[in-house]
Amino acid sequence: MATFVFLYFAAVIVMAASLVVVLRNPIYSALSLLVMFFHVAGLYVTLHAEFLAAIQIIVYAGAILVLYLFVVMLLNVKREEQFNQQGPVALFLGVVLLTEAVLLAVSRGFTVGTPEPGREGSAVGNTESIGEILYSTYLFPFEIASLILLVAMIGAVILSKKGIMESK
Amino acid sequence: MFDTSIKLALTLSQIGAVMGVVLLTVAILTLLERKVLSWMQDRMGPMEVGPYGVLQPVADGLKLFFKEDIIPAGANKIMFSLAPILVLVPALIGFAVIPFGPNWTIDVMGVEFKPFVISDINIGVLYILAFASIGAYGVILGGWASNSKYSLLGGLRSAAQLISYELNVGLAIVGVLLLAGSLSLVEITEAQAGGFWNWFAFDPVPFPQFIAFVIFLIASVAETNRLPFDLPEAESELVAGFFTEYSGMRFAFFFMAEYANMILVSCMSTVLFFGGWHAPLPVLQAPGVFAWVTGIFWFTAKVYFFLFLFFWIRATLPRLRYDQLMRFGWKVLLPIALGNIVVTSLLAYIFPNG
Repeated sequence: MATFVFLYFAAVIVMAASLVVVLRNPIYSALSLLVMFFHVAGLYVTLHAEFLAAIQIIVYAGAILVLYLFVVMLLNVKREEQFNQQGPVALFLGVVLLTEAVLLAVSRGFTVGTPEPGREGSAVGNTESIGEILYSTYLFPFEIASLILLVAMIGAVILSKKGIMESK
Repeated sequence: MFDTSIKLALTLSQIGAVMGVVLLTVAILTLLERKVLSWMQDRMGPMEVGPYGVLQPVADGLKLFFKEDIIPAGANKIMFSLAPILVLVPALIGFAVIPFGPNWTIDVMGVEFKPFVISDINIGVLYILAFASIGAYGVILGGWASNSKYSLLGGLRSAAQLISYELNVGLAIVGVLLLAGSLSLVEITEAQAGGFWNWFAFDPVPFPQFIAFVIFLIASVAETNRLPFDLPEAESELVAGFFTEYSGMRFAFFFMAEYANMILVSCMSTVLFFGGWHAPLPVLQAPGVFAWVTGIFWFTAKVYFFLFLFFWIRATLPRLRYDQLMRFGWKVLLPIALGNIVVTSLLAYIFPNG
């Protein structure tokens, strides 16, 4: 049963992810991305990481992708306008990555290790576990990440205030 | 296998019951809103259908059901049909984690079953927030797919508004989560047992969340696109905003979603800030086996109070201008919400047993 569920989620994720780059209408691409986010969240739920699943949907589907859609609509990109020339490069990279994947699969004899699911129904929920581990073991990377975000925020503020500063 | 089928049957009947009550409440609200607004404006409201106009929702429903379904020329048919569903489903799905009665577990033929909540998951609050954010897609896509200026402007406005105010909803709730120490709505309700002085909106120690409640209320009015924040559908500027081009049942879906969202945020205010199904005084709660009767009564009473508040605000306040809306959300509500989190966490650290 668990394998079947995993195969369903994996298949849909791969298909939706390909559709994101294959489809010509950017709105459809964004919606395939939405489908993909939901199935990634589904994978998290099967691993008993409900907190990650909810955050996945709130952050990626609820905020980031809505902004993508917002920009796509504001620019109103028509499906004919294809101004990127990345075909040859993409083909080259794709062949390299595929070879690597096949080599890895062959060398390991096609066995895939299953990730260990979280503690189901334990007294400490996975929200608490994430909080504890984030503020003890991974405190330093966590602080670094928040510093990077702060720098990005200050940068955005300066960029948007530039015109106002100079005119004064 | 037998256990699984019993569990399935129980859960399905529970979902059926909750959905039935929610949709019935939606029908009641369409009438109630018009009546309440009328009384506040010294009018009678709908009086023609049935005694005192009480059958008006039935007439409205029949009218919408038999109306011609028009898809405008140049509209994107798939997205145009998908949008109302994308709005209605997230509005209804949130009720799965709302506890509307005591947290009992009864044994039905060897299967554990919680009669007063469909699913007690340990991330209930995040679950509701996640699906609330999905509702924005329906509004944006509906506006875009209609191939109309007014709809597109309405959709874009709503995207900006929903993202801005979602943040305030989330931050207003954090204080409650700190005090309850859980994301499960059942446990948050349990933490507020025993009289109104234990409800998070009033609980004096460590810090009453009343400010957070006001922020939550304002932001949820904006989230549900109600006056004075109904800019996505401002009729004096955008005809009807993102659903200008919709008619018949598709329009009814948007309409039902708006009311279902109102019920959902009223349920959330009740559960998070006003003790859920707990009575305001311990005396007013029936003892033992009958606790569920008063539980459901108090829950319903509180939810209807908040729904009335929605109508009251609509009848009282004029619509904000777009730049005022953005400035208010980011420069007024957000700093207050952040300050509330800082104060609450400091006081919760100093008085850990409050």
